Amino acid sequence: MSTVPLENRKDLLPEVEDDATEGRSPMQKRVKQRLTSRGATAAAVVIAVIWTIPTFGLFISSFRPEANIKGNGWWNVLTDREFTLENYADVLSPGGSQSPNLLSYFVNSLAIVIPGTVFTLVLGAMAAYMFAWGRFRGKDGLFIFVFALQIVPLQMALIPLLQLFTQVLRFGDFQLLPSGTYAQLWVAHTIFGLPLAIFLLHNFIAEIPREVIEAARVDGAGHSTIFWRIIVPLATPALASFGIFQFLWLWNDLLVALVFSGGGADVAPITQRLAELQGSRGGEWQRLTAGAFVSIIVPLAVFFGLQRYFVRGLLAGGLKG
Amino acid sequence: MEDIAEKGLQVVVGLAVFAAIIGLIMLVVDRAPKSGREKIQIAGFLAPALVLLAVGLVFPALQTSYLSLTNRNGEFVGLENFVWMFTQPEALVTLRNTLVWVVLVPLLASSIGLAYAVFIDRARGEKALKALVFMPMAISFVGAGVIWRFVYAYKGPEQDQIGLLNQILVWAGQEPKQFLLDAPENTLFLIAVMIWIQTGFAMVVLSAAIKGIPTEIVEAARLDGASAWQQFRNVTIPTIRGSLIVVVTTITIGTLKVFDIVRTMTAGQYETSVVANEMYTQAFRAGEPGRGAALALVLFLMVLPVVLYNARLLRKQKEIR
Repeated sequence: MSTVPLENRKDLLPEVEDDATEGRSPMQKRVKQRLTSRGATAAAVVIAVIWTIPTFGLFISSFRPEANIKGNGWWNVLTDREFTLENYADVLSPGGSQSPNLLSYFVNSLAIVIPGTVFTLVLGAMAAYMFAWGRFRGKDGLFIFVFALQIVPLQMALIPLLQLFTQVLRFGDFQLLPSGTYAQLWVAHTIFGLPLAIFLLHNFIAEIPREVIEAARVDGAGHSTIFWRIIVPLATPALASFGIFQFLWLWNDLLVALVFSGGGADVAPITQRLAELQGSRGGEWQRLTAGAFVSIIVPLAVFFGLQRYFVRGLLAGGLKG
Repeated sequence: MEDIAEKGLQVVVGLAVFAAIIGLIMLVVDRAPKSGREKIQIAGFLAPALVLLAVGLVFPALQTSYLSLTNRNGEFVGLENFVWMFTQPEALVTLRNTLVWVVLVPLLASSIGLAYAVFIDRARGEKALKALVFMPMAISFVGAGVIWRFVYAYKGPEQDQIGLLNQILVWAGQEPKQFLLDAPENTLFLIAVMIWIQTGFAMVVLSAAIKGIPTEIVEAARLDGASAWQQFRNVTIPTIRGSLIVVVTTITIGTLKVFDIVRTMTAGQYETSVVANEMYTQAFRAGEPGRGAALALVLFLMVLPVVLYNARLLRKQKEIR
């Protein structure tokens, strides 16, 4: 079919239904294709609805007064249209230990996630650069090993890492990574993020044209110059994609937080607080619904605002080859 | 506000320390003596990441392996923890559940994702339709837990239902049901949440793969009079096989490690526990680090074949390049 000229090819491309209108196919087939495509559309709509309704229901509920949320289903808003911002005010306000105090935890999440993402990106890119362009023995083997470290589930590292932070990296009263601060979380997140970061960034950095780097080398540029002046600017799309990924991953993390944060309002992220509220106040839907939305507002904003990079990041990881 | 300023300061200090470390490395690397400069430069770039990985992942993994052979007092007990795991009913339930998860989630999430990707391919409003199904990817497991607990919410038969699913049951003339309490089907309702999240991932990656199929092939199949189903079976599937494998393995690994959903929705009670959750419970709640470590090790052994398979594909690709 390679003989078909380009212009024609384009016309043949769009929409499955085109087949039916082309008149080339017999009647029977035409009907059948129409049906499958109509069935397909219907199925797609059903899936889309099922996938959206749970979030939508929670969203509506978060604006309903407490009595209504607990009294009847959110689909009743069609008849009793009562809305309030009370739930949000309640979960965000810092009043007392009884209150969800989510604003504080929200700030913690940001304070954990931003450095955690930056550290992973910088260290990951540095290593990825060497794996792509450095010349040393055993490079490929080491790279495969780092890639394979993704096998090690987080869970395997948690107990010893906690001991390391609290006992080994402690010199008298001085703790290198003090408990009750964000430091332990930053380091833990960086460690767990590195294998994937190195792998993905390597794939991208290795694709940078050899001539660009050779030219810089001929001009006498060392590795640090090449890295900061050439690699980082050229790899920005990949850095952005993985950065968004890492950001969301850290924002949504619960396990690492549970182990390293101690759980107080001074360090613990919003996911941890929300999980706590579910356990202790599982029936307080007015708080849970509003709280859940406070916690997912940032990821959703990132997702809708930066969807292109987000998808690209996914594909870089999933589609190589 | 004071609180926020203090947290902000912590972040600034953290970032400054990190920048200083990186700056120092670059300085050393640039000033290295001419002889052996290349080696020092390579080491300088790789060391931070490799040291963190060694200290934070490799060493802890080894230590966990040893820990799995000790009891709660740190005494060596051989394989006792593993015997516990494979004989005690509550531990066996955990293993069984994990198996059910790891079979159902990749299978269903990939199939639904693939079907959806095919259905909406080149349809009107494709982008919006994609975003709807993809959105759960951005939501934390904890947030998803709240969303779905609300869908599953239960009220007595004489009351108004607030959970959508129970309302549907009532509309259909059935008794409302305690979705999360009644074993063994409650595990399936937790699995539904994971499928809800992962389908978007499968859909986006597979959709991109489908768009990457050379038009010549599609065209040829159509001119040969292949039906939509035949096209799908004989053209689409074989061409996107690589992406399909990546999607299934990625979801499989994610599913094996699943923790947050179980933790927040049932905390592993009512016979819903999975290995990753049980590991946390044993190590950090029940004071049985040995058992926790043994579970982590089993998790590792389950992930191992999947990643090895992927690593082999990676190596093949490198050879081709």
